Amino acid sequence: MHEFVEAFRFIAHNGAIAGEPGLPTLTHLSLETLRVSAIGLAISIVIALPLGVWLGHLHRGSFAAINLGNIGRALPSLAVLAIGDAFFGLGLTVVEVALVVLAVPPIITNAYLGVDGVDRDLVDAARGMGMSGLQIVRRVELPLSVSPLFAGVRTAAVFVVSTTTIASLAGFSGTLGDVIANETSYHFSGVLGAAICVAALALAVDGLLTLLQRALTPRGLLLADRDHAAAPPAEAALAAPTS
Amino acid sequence: MNTADTAHSEGPSAFAQAAELELRGVSKRYAGQREPAIRDLSFTVPAGDVCVLVGPSGSGKTTTMRLINRMISIDGGDILLGGRSVLEREPRELRREIGYVIQQIGLFPHLSVAENIATVPSLLGWPKERTRARVRELIELIDLDPVEMDDRYPAQLSGGQRQRVGVARALAADPPLMLMDEPFGAIDPINRVRLQDEFLRLQDKVKKTVVFVTHDIDEAIKMGDRIAILREGGVLAQYDTPREILTHPADDFVAQFVGADRGLKRLALTTLAELELLEPDRPAADAAANGALSLPRDTSVRDAVSLMLTANGEPVRVLDGEGHVEGLVTLAVVEHLLADEAAAPPAPAADGSSPQIEPSSQGAR
Amino acid sequence: MGLDSPALAEHVVAAAEPVIPNYGAQSSSCVVHNHLFCTDWVSHNWGPVLWPALRGHILLALVAVSIGFVISLGLALVAHRYGWLERPTMIVTTILYTIPSLALFELLVAPVGPNVYSAEIALVSYTLLILFRNILTGLRSVPDEVLDAAEGMGMSRRQALLRVELPLALPSIIAGLRIAVVTIIALATIVYTIYNEGLGVPIHTALGEGPFKTELIVAGGLAILLALVADALLVLVQRLLTPWTRARAA
Repeated sequence: MHEFVEAFRFIAHNGAIAGEPGLPTLTHLSLETLRVSAIGLAISIVIALPLGVWLGHLHRGSFAAINLGNIGRALPSLAVLAIGDAFFGLGLTVVEVALVVLAVPPIITNAYLGVDGVDRDLVDAARGMGMSGLQIVRRVELPLSVSPLFAGVRTAAVFVVSTTTIASLAGFSGTLGDVIANETSYHFSGVLGAAICVAALALAVDGLLTLLQRALTPRGLLLADRDHAAAPPAEAALAAPTS
Repeated sequence: MNTADTAHSEGPSAFAQAAELELRGVSKRYAGQREPAIRDLSFTVPAGDVCVLVGPSGSGKTTTMRLINRMISIDGGDILLGGRSVLEREPRELRREIGYVIQQIGLFPHLSVAENIATVPSLLGWPKERTRARVRELIELIDLDPVEMDDRYPAQLSGGQRQRVGVARALAADPPLMLMDEPFGAIDPINRVRLQDEFLRLQDKVKKTVVFVTHDIDEAIKMGDRIAILREGGVLAQYDTPREILTHPADDFVAQFVGADRGLKRLALTTLAELELLEPDRPAADAAANGALSLPRDTSVRDAVSLMLTANGEPVRVLDGEGHVEGLVTLAVVEHLLADEAAAPPAPAADGSSPQIEPSSQGAR
Repeated sequence: MGLDSPALAEHVVAAAEPVIPNYGAQSSSCVVHNHLFCTDWVSHNWGPVLWPALRGHILLALVAVSIGFVISLGLALVAHRYGWLERPTMIVTTILYTIPSLALFELLVAPVGPNVYSAEIALVSYTLLILFRNILTGLRSVPDEVLDAAEGMGMSRRQALLRVELPLALPSIIAGLRIAVVTIIALATIVYTIYNEGLGVPIHTALGEGPFKTELIVAGGLAILLALVADALLVLVQRLLTPWTRARAA
């Protein structure tokens, strides 16, 4: 308990430690963590979301989409970062590549399953009304798969924040992971404080995405789903949280 | 078919006696509803008879059926199976002694056909050998191959096959009573007729007491030894044999429910063999040679009438098993039959059924 | 110490080139030049370093998934009976799941200590969301008429659960187990930060030296292989336990 008190004191001091000037503040580290994460997440979404939606619309490539998810889950992020480090050294680019490699699978798998799983009768009706493929995606399939799509994005977001933190273990500095990896300088209270910040950050990102999901979900579905925790398909939905 | 003999033979796989079922003043009211769902229902089904519960939706026929095996609780009155009140029995134990077939069948998808059928025997703790023999016997009884069915799963069966397996499963522990809730409702009309015929053949062999729920009056007439027509609110409108109901409907509701063509329906229940045929006016000769209209004696009178309507007054010859003319039939013969029946007092109804109203002009037309 | 004593030789080698860990008295040019994959290093260090790490890793994962499964099964059965429990359980397990692993480990170290218990508590927490959700979904996917038939035949609640509901929920349960197992195997690589077990240990050592590529690749590769093998095994288990899912209409 005493440690938690110390940790909050550390947070209150914005990460400054008496007698050790020049340490980066918690605010700075948090913002940097967010920045790196945001870039990684954005790139992953741009790559994976359209691809997953398109494959789901065509109902092709299920083997690839789903097994990519499985393999992505199996990759320990530390191992990926370490291997990137071994080959190329650990700069921002390499870290971002690692983030994308890890975040793409859950997004693409869930996007695929979400769009593929839309009631075929509805798509058929839409086609019968004269909608083009693109219109079907935009007006029917996407609105109906908001829940699984966001499940994938939320999973990927948590992934990304965690892996950004872990990057410090592999030698990449600038994020909150620096504090966690550096007990000698920051002492355990500092490590704990940083850990609390990371947890809060991840929950905040998840919360924001949930709000966004609610905003984007069509009203009719919200009414129907009111009793359910919006649950993505059991098979793929949530991949590894952090690794 | 040697399986018929197995069914009747002595020993552990012989079919047990069926039990009499009596409903005594049964009532059921659902909470929050102003009207009771079932109101003071009483009738008795003799052991070995098929009793069909029929009526419009909301008449409480499925509710009544589910009261019998206590899937729904009884509010008032009693139900006696083989003389024993079902209220005295522990519900789960009771249900293991009652065969239960529902419309969607509810075969266990994760069990093979054999394992499905063996469910209740396994719940009752039968020894493996006895269960195995019994399952085999039942699969043959429903005209399927035991070897094939041993590791087949419900997903691999056709709708008709699933229905038959459902019936076999209900028969497995040789219950004294069977409850069947629209068992053939989900089947297409052609296969439904086949399944109905097969069930009647089965019932001939095993002679169970059966309570059969349907909304289809024609099915009720075909399948039932007795029919209980229920009105909205679970009130018994008439409880009688099909013939009596068609000849002497108790009131307007029943008359309307059985349909305006009840005269014809009633004729479907009789074959030419049962009529008082006219003497053939020519010596018994090969009917075909004369080019006259003729029908085998086991044709239903209804089908015969259909043919007679095209004969323009010509009598139709009735042929016996060897093709010899047994007698003649005309529309007049049929009219006499209907008139006689309508004039006769209604047959005394089975115990506890509703009082019969005297035959009105709704008799023969 | 004479010049040709093993101890001195070690010092000499150690001082010369990049220090390669876990190496031992001899050097080979492969190791010294930090090539991608030195088989001699691997065979040398399988016994003392890699195998213990692998074994420890398997144990960590096995214990975590087993405990997580038992807890989730209990929660799901209760939520199946008392539906109102689903929401709060989902919320708690989701929060646990969202906290990044590094942070969760450290948060646990404060009260519990840097030991196997912290590690296992954290790992178990990550299994709960997936397993709870999948087991509950599986139980709920049993068709109503099958349950009605079971009750009508005289099965008690317990018999219906054991003979009908759980077997039919198996595909969903095993799907959840697959995800949980693979997830935990990947996560366990971070355990080393608070507790000295698992394949994260050689990865960490390798990172500190150079980084030492062979060890990195082998340790990381082992973790990936382990996850894929476990996944394949579970697929096999599912095929064995649920023969009816593959039976197609005749």
